[in-house]
Amino acid sequence: MKIFVPLDSAAKALGADDVANAITAEAAVRGLDVKVVRNGTRGMIWLEPLVEVETAEGRIGYGAMDASDVPALLDGKLPSLGLVEQLDWMKGQTRLTFQRCGVIDPLSLADYEAHGGLAGLRRAIGMDAADIVAEVTTSGLRGRGGAGFPTGIKWNTVLGADGPQKYIVCNADEGDSGTFADRMIMEGDPFTLIEGMVIAGLAVEATKGYVYLRSEYPDAIDILEKAVVLARQAGVLGADVLGSGRAFDMEIRVGAGAYVCGEETSLLNSLEGKRGVVRAKPPLPALEGFLGRPTVVNNVISLATVPVILEKGAQHYADFGLGRSKGTIPIQIAGNVKFGGLYETAFGMPLRELVDTVAGGTLTGAPVKAVQVGGPLGAYMPRDKFDTPFGYEEFDGQGGLIGHAGLVVFDDSADMLGMARFAMEFCAVESCGKCTPCRIGAVRGVETIDRIGQGDGGAIELLEDLCETMKDGSLCALGGFTPYPVLSALHNFPDDFAAKKQAAE
Amino acid sequence: MADAQTTEIMQGILASHRDLEGPLLPILHAVQAEFGFIPNDVVQIIADDQNITRAEVHGVITFYHDFRDAPAGKHVVKICRAEACQAVGGTALSDRAFEKLGVGWHGTTANGNVTLEPVYCLGLCACGPAAMVDGKVVGRVDAEKLDKLLAEAGA
Ligand code: FES
Repeated sequence: MKIFVPLDSAAKALGADDVANAITAEAAVRGLDVKVVRNGTRGMIWLEPLVEVETAEGRIGYGAMDASDVPALLDGKLPSLGLVEQLDWMKGQTRLTFQRCGVIDPLSLADYEAHGGLAGLRRAIGMDAADIVAEVTTSGLRGRGGAGFPTGIKWNTVLGADGPQKYIVCNADEGDSGTFADRMIMEGDPFTLIEGMVIAGLAVEATKGYVYLRSEYPDAIDILEKAVVLARQAGVLGADVLGSGRAFDMEIRVGAGAYVCGEETSLLNSLEGKRGVVRAKPPLPALEGFLGRPTVVNNVISLATVPVILEKGAQHYADFGLGRSKGTIPIQIAGNVKFGGLYETAFGMPLRELVDTVAGGTLTGAPVKAVQVGGPLGAYMPRDKFDTPFGYEEFDGQGGLIGHAGLVVFDDSADMLGMARFAMEFCAVESCGKCTPCRIGAVRGVETIDRIGQGDGGAIELLEDLCETMKDGSLCALGGFTPYPVLSALHNFPDDFAAKKQAAE
Repeated sequence: MADAQTTEIMQGILASHRDLEGPLLPILHAVQAEFGFIPNDVVQIIADDQNITRAEVHGVITFYHDFRDAPAGKHVVKICRAEACQAVGGTALSDRAFEKLGVGWHGTTANGNVTLEPVYCLGLCACGPAAMVDGKVVGRVDAEKLDKLLAEAGA
């Protein structure tokens, strides 16, 4: 009997290791032939640890499991959730990037290949570099880290650049609150990322890759490092990628707890061993990136989506989505929600459906007050903006951004002045210090919001003015976008700012 | 000046990073893994090896939250302060930790057993409030779970 117990950090954080150990121990006592496979998570975090038992009909789910449920599980007496693939949450999705996550053993290359892995790379090996770039351009894939820049265009610049050595740098510094898609795929299907990086290497004629992975993800670091070793042993990485005669190899580099290193130029500085301060652009990293050489810097999800684009064809991917937001987006649902987790769907689903239906409203049962979309630099969306469809331009039009596609839901107990203050405080803690509007502005922002909190309504105008300066004058998104959460809180929830004023009077 | 033993350990660390491009962060991680912090007297050794100034090495060490200039307590408890965890009671949880430990962020308990650190997201945002004890993740941390974690850490 094959039993799947996720090794994903979220599952582990909810006791998956205890469950796995209990199954192994109990099976041994009973003399049962049980093989425990540690898979990634399916993304239904509220059901974790979600244990699956393989049957002739498919995989039957049991969750959320506790180690004390194991005897009943092995007796066949534990109530099940039914076939996992048939659960509403799974059926509603279009899983392309995450097609294998939660399904396979993340460190089995055989499993990976049996589920479509390496098909994209094999196809890419038979193509010219320019044709691979064209394929990615046609797919409409845009940077999933948040900026939304077309991936194919970036690659084309690097392909056309001359240099003694070019690089593929994967930005796995997923620091945004409410986001965990990068972590989930690195833990649940790491070969997808590796394959995507190799394809990127072939496409732009780069032979070396780096994954800059945040230190807050020790489990992801461990799994990805193991996967790189396995890929090298199998000839997916190395001097002769799958016998193509072309070389590509990669290394994992661990960050050191600086949020700003998620910004591509500070990431490059950090990778070079410097302080993670932002670089002014131009020059573009595509032309002068790591060590001053042509470099593709892409987010984990962008790179991990490349294999499926090559596997199924650019048009297949581009047929999903809305307007200029093509393909699918793994939406991460977090905070105060009934059903939290990762939901991959074509662009275009309205926020309301995501929050009220997919997420099932709040965990506390209280009304939803606000949803912060796109991480700590994203806007707080009030209910009257919930019709906004999930797309880059659509959110931009509402004064927001989709960022790395995380949703953080708050119920009506949230204090929006407090959240605005936190946004400024976070910016002050994490500012790299290079530009004044961010370094000083964030500190002044905290003080100004405190004044508003103490009843000084006149400080509101000052805060608006400060936010304008930060927006226009900051070098990167940290200082430049911190005004999004601050101003959206102020404008969409004015009562939270005015109430304090009255209370003080 | 570093003593002979430290110098020897450092030579080993530096030698094993010789072939890397941009080796300073990996070197600092290795030093911290070895000593538990970045001892002041290794800064010059690193600077000499990398052919950069002592000030540059110092600048890098102080830029990153992870690197410490003094040893931490026996156990490091990190509590997530970020938004998704706040939405499910993260702030109350850290307040409780302050109270139980008698320290604030970055503080170490009087008995030297626990250092409390803030962290901005552990990627466990769908099962917050989240915490990490010596690299081990914990989700849905309520008051009871927190008390247990702290007790196990010897607070
Ligand atoms: S916000 Fe706390 S784990 Fe992500």
